[in-house]
Amino acid sequence: MDNDHFEPTIIGFTCNWCSYRASDLAGTARMKYAPNVRLIRLMCSGRLDPTFVLRALSAGADGVMITGCHPGECHYIEQNFKALRRYLLLKRVLSGLGIEPERVKLVWASAAEGARFASETTLFVEEVRKLGPLNWGKPAAGLENLQEEISKLEEVPA
Amino acid sequence: MNAKPKFAMYWAASCGGCEIAVLNTHEKILDVDANFDIVFWPVAMDAKYKDVEAMEDDSILLTLFNGGIRNDENERLAKLLRRKSKILVAFGSCACEGCIPGLANLSPVGDIVYTAFNTITTDNPNEIYPRTTVDVPEGELHIPTLSKVVRPLEQVVDVDYFMPGCPPESHQVAAVIDLVIDVIKGKAELPPKGSVIGVGNSTVCDECPRTRNVKMVKEFKRIQDIAPADPTLCILEQGVPCNGPATRSGCNARCPQAGAQCIGCYGPAEGVIDYGARLITAFASVIDANTPEEIEHILDGIPDPTGQVYRFNLAGSLMKATKSAWEKA
Repeated sequence: MDNDHFEPTIIGFTCNWCSYRASDLAGTARMKYAPNVRLIRLMCSGRLDPTFVLRALSAGADGVMITGCHPGECHYIEQNFKALRRYLLLKRVLSGLGIEPERVKLVWASAAEGARFASETTLFVEEVRKLGPLNWGKPAAGLENLQEEISKLEEVPA
Repeated sequence: MNAKPKFAMYWAASCGGCEIAVLNTHEKILDVDANFDIVFWPVAMDAKYKDVEAMEDDSILLTLFNGGIRNDENERLAKLLRRKSKILVAFGSCACEGCIPGLANLSPVGDIVYTAFNTITTDNPNEIYPRTTVDVPEGELHIPTLSKVVRPLEQVVDVDYFMPGCPPESHQVAAVIDLVIDVIKGKAELPPKGSVIGVGNSTVCDECPRTRNVKMVKEFKRIQDIAPADPTLCILEQGVPCNGPATRSGCNARCPQAGAQCIGCYGPAEGVIDYGARLITAFASVIDANTPEEIEHILDGIPDPTGQVYRFNLAGSLMKATKSAWEKA
């Protein structure tokens, strides 16, 4: 499939106190943004267990967007810093698994930043569209017949 | 006396350490012999696959299956022993979660074969690779074919119990043997299907005698680089990535007690879905920095983050393998 016609599936995690309200504001203000994100509201970005991200990617998502309050503005004082540290380490682990780290993005958005939420979402969807589908756990097209591929390797040159 | 219940033990993609752990139960092994008829145990006695095939279904009471599923022979035996066994135990880390052989899932299987026969230390000028079939005058011969990824037993057949550890500690093996013998004698009941047996229900940290305080790590280091290491203080607190916080208890914190960090061989603790994710959370929590630049600098102290957090668990994790291992041959 050509990437221009590919609609990425994005799972978005929002913080109850800021980015969820930012998305609400974007909706109330009727701002247009890419419809590819399925939002899941958490109480805080610090609630984001990396398991959620891995579950999403392994179950068919092409990208994951994590959103939270700006540094220093966390409703729970400093939990968004924990989210930041997890995110940075998670990206390193994902690289090791051959997943483009750009498939996971952390965005800070306050409750007033509906426009920022909308534009960052649209931007992220375009970035993931360029990367193409993740299709985790599925063989790439044309490689269904593994045995044949292996047998090519086993040829003994004269 | 009635015929003794039958016992089998098989090794698939494993190192043989699990078998040693069973033998390390010392005189307890005599109890196994006294209470069971050992019908199939390739490492200990001569037996042929066709003998197992000839057995009636469900005729083996207990099968300890160690090793992951790396090739078609492993898969065939896993399916065969599932059919012949009443109780199938995924025994040891390889069968439970892939273990060290599961790290092969970081590379496409073709690359693994290529590396094995074509690195600069390998004398293979004609680039000869093994084939899985060959024609000889007597007919066609086969050797097992590698599968694309290493799979824990549960990804291939239905498993009754899981007994993690690399290898399972011998005192835990002995306790499980005692339990099964009590069950046979009607003195105890089996735990619910799917249970993890021969383990604790907490983390290695809970069994670790070292002192724990609030952890503020400014630099991650390797254990050999923290001289002199404090033998009484939490290893993670000293800046060495220790896998204890995510790892199931059951070993009495053997490595930290001996002065080394936990590497996670007992697998995910109770309630942990993805072992690596839990460790990411644990390590991220102890980093004493709040700016991306400083955090990245501290993370540079973990040179192989994927290997660190999935050392034993990659094949059993949510992602199971790298993208290239899935996609390429």
